[in-house]
Amino acid sequence: MMAWLSINFHALAATLRKLAGSPLSSFFSICVIGIALSLPTGIFVLLQNIETLSGNFTGSPQISLFLSKDAGSAEVSEIEKRLKGNPGVDHFRFVPKEEALGEFRKDAEFSDVVTSLSQNPLPDAFVVFARENSAKNLENLHQEMLKWPKVAHVQLDSNWARKLDSFLKLGHVATSILAVLLGFALIFITFNTIRLQILTQKDEIEVAKLIGATNTFIRRPFLYLGALQGLAGGIAAWGIIAAGLHFMNGAIQELAELYSTRFILANLGIRESLLLFFLSACLGWLGAWLSVSRHLWQLDSGSQ
Amino acid sequence: MISFQAVGKRYPGGFDALKNITFSIERGEMVFIAGHSGAGKSTLLKLVAAIERPTSGSILVRDQNLGRMKRSAVPYLRRNFGLVFQDHKLLFNRTVFENVFLPLQIGAFDPREAGSRVRAALDKVGLLGREHAYPVELSGGEQQRLCIARAIVNRPAILIADEPTGNLDAEYSGIIMDMFKSFNQVGVTLLVSTHDEAMLRKLRPRVITLHQGELAP
Ligand SMILES: Nc1ncnc2c1ncn2[C@@H]1O[C@H](COP(=O)(O)OP(=O)(O)O)[C@@H](O)[C@H]1O
Ligand SMILES: [Mg+2]
Repeated sequence: MMAWLSINFHALAATLRKLAGSPLSSFFSICVIGIALSLPTGIFVLLQNIETLSGNFTGSPQISLFLSKDAGSAEVSEIEKRLKGNPGVDHFRFVPKEEALGEFRKDAEFSDVVTSLSQNPLPDAFVVFARENSAKNLENLHQEMLKWPKVAHVQLDSNWARKLDSFLKLGHVATSILAVLLGFALIFITFNTIRLQILTQKDEIEVAKLIGATNTFIRRPFLYLGALQGLAGGIAAWGIIAAGLHFMNGAIQELAELYSTRFILANLGIRESLLLFFLSACLGWLGAWLSVSRHLWQLDSGSQ
Repeated sequence: MISFQAVGKRYPGGFDALKNITFSIERGEMVFIAGHSGAGKSTLLKLVAAIERPTSGSILVRDQNLGRMKRSAVPYLRRNFGLVFQDHKLLFNRTVFENVFLPLQIGAFDPREAGSRVRAALDKVGLLGREHAYPVELSGGEQQRLCIARAIVNRPAILIADEPTGNLDAEYSGIIMDMFKSFNQVGVTLLVSTHDEAMLRKLRPRVITLHQGELAP
């Protein structure tokens, strides 16, 4: 155990010395990785913010529920009861047919028509505000309400929500593709920087192998280097996004004041940030592993 | 301890560096490999340390057949050896101390004892005062002794040295040979190549002579 700790400590110390030994090139690699990672991560953050923003638009009516014209007060209170008991419903408002007619009467364009009517052609209605704004929730509510007694028509006012939802979905797919591509880029960048490191330490590797070093021993410091570099790149990406959001929030503040609302773009949460760091370290590790393994393989096949 | 049975080595170009070599070396022996330049001395030592693999015949080292050994087992075999290379293979960006420390690091040696081990090895070759120097600051003879310190720091059972006195003057050669004799006296098996006839006449060790890749009678 002591020996194992010692080996890993030495490897880590050697790694840090290597990073510090070529600060400029380390800095550049970390920046390149950071920029590459900040692209998909930044888009992801923006999409998340759009999602929260769209969730805030609960001020507009979501579903209009029209009863059939022969529905009496018993049916109205039955529907009322069901709406109260439904977990998908946030709150609702009953619009009696007299009130609806009154609305029309107020409107100059319709007032003549309305007064000429012998009876009220309008049904009782409910305006329902859903608890959750997602297209799925609205669609579920829609389907359920249609099955209720004396419900004639349910009007889903969620076209925009659905459009936004599919737009966000598309955005997520695009971000995922970008993330995979730039993940590969990270592996290649690490592969190359580690390859350059290996070239400067060719002799050390050769001698270590000749006097009994296992491949694991030789790989270890490079794996640390790759993982550390990836991690630092991940942190750099986080910093780039945080700075970007800071500047954007300044501009958004002005806009929000015009609309007298408060809205700021939020950065990644703790869990997402840790995931970003973990993944970037893993990809760095992988790039380093490929690089050293290739070198060791070349050494092994060179000398029979 | 080491036995060759009809061993041949043909390099990728098709050149036969060794042909039909058979001999064996017992534990605690001191054996010299003699022969002119190009006779195959280095090749023979590389075969023992599994740096090269035989193309025919079989080599046993400590009852392990090197020809059939898995690649992953080779590092553990090599830790039985102390190797002194013809071209030194010192690390010039590391200090004298760090060069000698390397085998202990590789062998996961207890770090608390490693320091004194390194100093003991440097003491044996007379470099104790130069721990913090870099190899470029050492003379040719001192570099050679540094190689030997690195080879013995692990207290190997077998010491393999390829022309350790190759380009040293007679006085230095004498010092190094005395060193080897003292290792042998404490039970280390020695396998040393040389083309220095004078040395062989003086020491009168067991000699295996190679001539153009074959055992000379
Ligand atoms: N890696 C190699 N590839 C091809 N030929 C080699 C290689 N190493 C050595 N040889 C050849 O094998 C012969 C023996 O070399 P070597 O064992 O180094 O001899 P010595 O150490 O006795 O001078 C030489 O002719 C040399 O050119
Ligand atoms: Mg030679």
